Amino acid sequence: MSVLIFIDQTEGHVKKSSLEAITYGADLAKQLGTTAEGIVLGTVTEDLSALGKYGVTKIHQVANETLNHLDAQLYASVISEAAAASGANVIVFSHNQTGKAVAARVAAKLKAGLVAGACALPDTSNGFVVKKTVFSGKAFANISIQSSVKVISLNPNSYKTVATEGTAAVADFAATVGQPRVKVTAVNKITGEVPLTEADIVVSGGRGLKGPENWGILLDLAKELGAATACSRPVGDAHWRPHHEHVGQTGVQVAPNLYIAIGISGAIQHLAGVNRSKVIVVINKDPEAPFFKAADYGIVGDAFEVVPQLTAAIHKLKAGA
Amino acid sequence: MKILVCVSKTPDTTAKIAFTDGNTKFDEAGVQWIINPYDEWYSLVRAIELKEANPAATIHLVTVGNADAEPIIRKALALGGDEAIRVNTDSSDAYYIAAQIAEVAKQGGYDLVFTGKETIDYNGSSIGGMIAELIDAPYISLATKFDLNGTTATVVREIEGGEETAEVALPLVVSCQKGVAEQRIPNMRGIMAARTKPLKVVEPAAVDALTTVVGFELPPAKAGVKLVAPDNVEELVRLLHEEAKAI
Ligand SMILES: Cc1cc2nc3c(=O)[nH]c(=O)nc-3n(C[C@H](O)[C@H](O)[C@H](O)COP(=O)(O)OP(=O)(O)OC[C@H]3O[C@@H](n4cnc5c(N)ncnc54)[C@H](O)[C@@H]3O)c2cc1C
Repeated sequence: MSVLIFIDQTEGHVKKSSLEAITYGADLAKQLGTTAEGIVLGTVTEDLSALGKYGVTKIHQVANETLNHLDAQLYASVISEAAAASGANVIVFSHNQTGKAVAARVAAKLKAGLVAGACALPDTSNGFVVKKTVFSGKAFANISIQSSVKVISLNPNSYKTVATEGTAAVADFAATVGQPRVKVTAVNKITGEVPLTEADIVVSGGRGLKGPENWGILLDLAKELGAATACSRPVGDAHWRPHHEHVGQTGVQVAPNLYIAIGISGAIQHLAGVNRSKVIVVINKDPEAPFFKAADYGIVGDAFEVVPQLTAAIHKLKAGA
Repeated sequence: MKILVCVSKTPDTTAKIAFTDGNTKFDEAGVQWIINPYDEWYSLVRAIELKEANPAATIHLVTVGNADAEPIIRKALALGGDEAIRVNTDSSDAYYIAAQIAEVAKQGGYDLVFTGKETIDYNGSSIGGMIAELIDAPYISLATKFDLNGTTATVVREIEGGEETAEVALPLVVSCQKGVAEQRIPNMRGIMAARTKPLKVVEPAAVDALTTVVGFELPPAKAGVKLVAPDNVEELVRLLHEEAKAI
């Protein structure tokens, strides 16, 4: 019996969302009175034993270059093999891009019940019940898993990573790695930007900014905060910003610590993608904008005046700290 | 070339989210039902475009649901597609649903299975991957672009902080999102044609559901917004730093 955590890496580095998954898996293992083990696919440059500080005691590594690119089928077969080898009865993923592709395959392969998009540790007092977000963040469902093996994918930014002491034993895992059927021919990463779904702070702009030429004030604020940038759907549709920045019910769903909405009215479909943010700040010139009802802090004012002042005030705070 | 498009019925994006029966059931009172936007706007439209480019292709739609899903599937047929299959059962378990669709997929021998990236009610993003595993096909999730050259697909998919391009031979399962196609509005001719398109009802295969919904919860209401004057942004910064500890 153990909890097996899939540790996702990109270009040799473990993703932040995986550190959350490790902390979650380790806490779950403690709750179940068992150990937490990890599995890493592909070649990594990072010292994996250091991940022990998030609570994982053993890491199985399949350092095969074929696995540096995602082929969900290969990943699922290797992870399932590792799960069998370590006698895992719970397998934890991050519900990130990789997890969305792989967790479902592993679940189907092992005939294991899946809760995709979990946001809290399972309640194991009577069965195995996992809380997840539903209706695009407008509600939660408690889902009971009946199968003996269980798969959980954890929503990014919904479980706090805790680093303590400890090192993990890292061992090569001799898995059968078949031929990939998915051939990756190009990777196009937006460099120098914080990935939206991993960001602690998101600065987002709407139609109130009037046009793409006005985005400078928003980008300055984002830069000052080390934040990712996002936008409302009409802004993405009009190509004022790249479509991957579109958040909401039909775009990316985010759950940062801080979401700053500038010139966004707060339509229900927009809120659905951002309402899991811990703190929401709204800057809008219309006091009746629905977004204020979902906000923690707000300024009723003209974005073109308020935002540069806000950037300057944050700069002052950071300089003083 | 045979394409299977998975279609799901979901509450409208503006539907009030409430629960009944001691928070164990979604309150359907007054709810408008729509085709899951990712299924309608992206996977279905892309399938229609592929057929427009290759008229010999056939498109089948599949839904797992009760008879009350039929208006939705007729709406989808009004956009396009040759016929629809409804697996006559209702479930919230992703494995159960995926196993039903996998059964349809196996029997139909499809080259391509499209799903939306997720449904806007359960947000599982799981059905496509499960179908792929059950029919032993490759799976590309979160596609933002899909092109076909003979029997090889070139797909752009979302990855953390960017996109990557992949080549895969058919048969293939793809989950689609924004970028793959542009939303279409059904026209009168499509709506008329949809009335007479075949809608086959099949009984579900014997599959165990692996999960059940125990209950629902609504998030706690926000305490209310704290407004700061526009000429006092320092106060907002102080609150965010000291009170919310967010910066
Ligand atoms: C099925 C469906 C799905 C949808 N999915 C999404 C989704 O995923 N994401 C999404 O965002 N939308 C989505 N929408 C669209 C949504 O309903 C809204 O139309 C959209 O969010 C509005 O974008 P906005 O707030 O940028 O623009 P608007 O609603 O036009 O709001 C602009 C705001 O800017 C304010 N403003 C103007 N000038 C200034 C200024 N100088 N300073 C400060 N404030 C100013 C205005 O007061 C106003 O509140 C969806 C709609 C449908 C029907």
